[in-house]
Amino acid sequence: MTDDVIRINSVTKVFGGSGLIQRSAGTRAVDDVTLSVRRGQTLGIVGESGSGKSTLLRMALRLIEPTSGSVLVDGQDIWKLKGADLKAFRRKVQPIFQNPASSFNPRQSIGQILSAPLEVHGIGDRDSRRARVVALLERVGLPKDAIDRHPHQLSGGQKQRIAIARAVILQPEVVLADEPTSALDVSVQAQVLDLFDDIRRDLGLTAIFVSHNLAVIRQVSDQIAVMRHGKLVEYGAADQVFGDPRHDYTKTLIAAVPDHRKLMQAL
Amino acid sequence: MGTQTSDDLRVHDTPGAVPTLSVEGLSIEFSRRRVWTPVVHDVSLKVMPGEIVGVIGESGSGKTLSALAALRLLPRQARVASGRVRLGDIDILAQSEGQMRALRGNRMALIPQDAMQALNPTMRVGLQVAEPLSLHGGKALKSVAGAATQLLEAVGIARPAEQARSFPHQFSGGMQQRAMIAMGLALAPSLLIADEPTTALDVTVQAQVLDLLRDIRTSRGTSILFITHDLGVVAELCDWVYVMRHGRIVEQGSVARIFRDPKEDYTQMLLAATPSIHGPRRKAGLA
Repeated sequence: MTDDVIRINSVTKVFGGSGLIQRSAGTRAVDDVTLSVRRGQTLGIVGESGSGKSTLLRMALRLIEPTSGSVLVDGQDIWKLKGADLKAFRRKVQPIFQNPASSFNPRQSIGQILSAPLEVHGIGDRDSRRARVVALLERVGLPKDAIDRHPHQLSGGQKQRIAIARAVILQPEVVLADEPTSALDVSVQAQVLDLFDDIRRDLGLTAIFVSHNLAVIRQVSDQIAVMRHGKLVEYGAADQVFGDPRHDYTKTLIAAVPDHRKLMQAL
Repeated sequence: MGTQTSDDLRVHDTPGAVPTLSVEGLSIEFSRRRVWTPVVHDVSLKVMPGEIVGVIGESGSGKTLSALAALRLLPRQARVASGRVRLGDIDILAQSEGQMRALRGNRMALIPQDAMQALNPTMRVGLQVAEPLSLHGGKALKSVAGAATQLLEAVGIARPAEQARSFPHQFSGGMQQRAMIAMGLALAPSLLIADEPTTALDVTVQAQVLDLLRDIRTSRGTSILFITHDLGVVAELCDWVYVMRHGRIVEQGSVARIFRDPKEDYTQMLLAATPSIHGPRRKAGLA
């Protein structure tokens, strides 16, 4: 047995497609995808719109139920979890979403947002939770007084730092991120990617990082999965996929990226 | 801007050539709680005939406001505080609103970021694409509808006669943006102002739209002012680039020079921060 934290076994998701009498096929948003992520590694999933990359991630987050196939985390089928096991899964696996503005309750302070996971899982008392929040704010590069601010008082980059903080405050094993830097300016994106990378290493996290941006995926991933029309078209080590792509679609995708380094190398 | 090296020559800036667009000392103010606050400071830039000029900056850099000022399409809360804008030999800031309406579409056209939002959802694409011909030529819309087919064909839409009868929602994002470009080309303007026209598109579709813009420049000699936040797009498309930050132009140069030898800290930071598919990003060590 290899040390796979996440195993996605021939997962398929069909949207729509109902009716016993008039059978319609529906949309195969994800079509028979098998992937795994080893402990401490980051899998990048890249694809264009409609490729099924976000649907796949949401199935791994237990937000969308697969039509068929299974998702295992630490060997357990996440769709069969109940009670205490399910709660443990919710602690072990944490999401980061694209739009930081809509992933927080605007009426809560940053302190409330960050201590909520601790409360839900009954960790610590009020003082120790606050101490943990303060320490984490510092770790993600925000001032202490951010604890009393509200999301709208923070910039997009600061909000995404809070999203990272919230994702790691329970010391999870796995972080699943969906386009976490796509809404950010490039200079802020660089800072948030650096932070993500540092924290991932510090905590030994296993991660899946979904993005439409090949260059971002290249920066953060050990393994890369290329998706198109719901199917996995290429899957391998990052250096192999970018250096020696096997599939025509991957080649097309890489050739289409406008990239300044191409020009810089030519000069 | 330092000494000019051989690859920092502005090849389109030939002696005696009149810029298609010239902006001089442009300052723009924004009204916040009835106080006018300067947001664009002393911006000067030009676009020569047949040149593709990039303006790159992050959000809030003033790149879009500067472009909208050239079209006299600033939002109501904004106004030009000082400066000059010339389109060929026309003083844009001195034109009446009626004269501006004649110039927009005719002499310069805007290609916006969000084509779906810019297109009228209740009007067939062909009629919209040909509408400038009717508005500016004083002809009935039906009499110019045939031109729509040619325009859609020119921007690479397959089965153009058939597609002209479609509604915008039946088009993919890339086709919608092609339709916007077709509309922009209807009156053969000398200048296209493209504001992040490919930002909402998938990367393979973006590559096609960039090819199309390059073809338009080559085949028609159209000048293009291209607003973007993406250094990669600038590297692939533009001849000359202005780097904007906090409402100011911090650096300008040929694309080759800017990428080979960026002078300003901010330009160097942008280059370092932009992720590349060619090997790992250097840790930026940003403040």
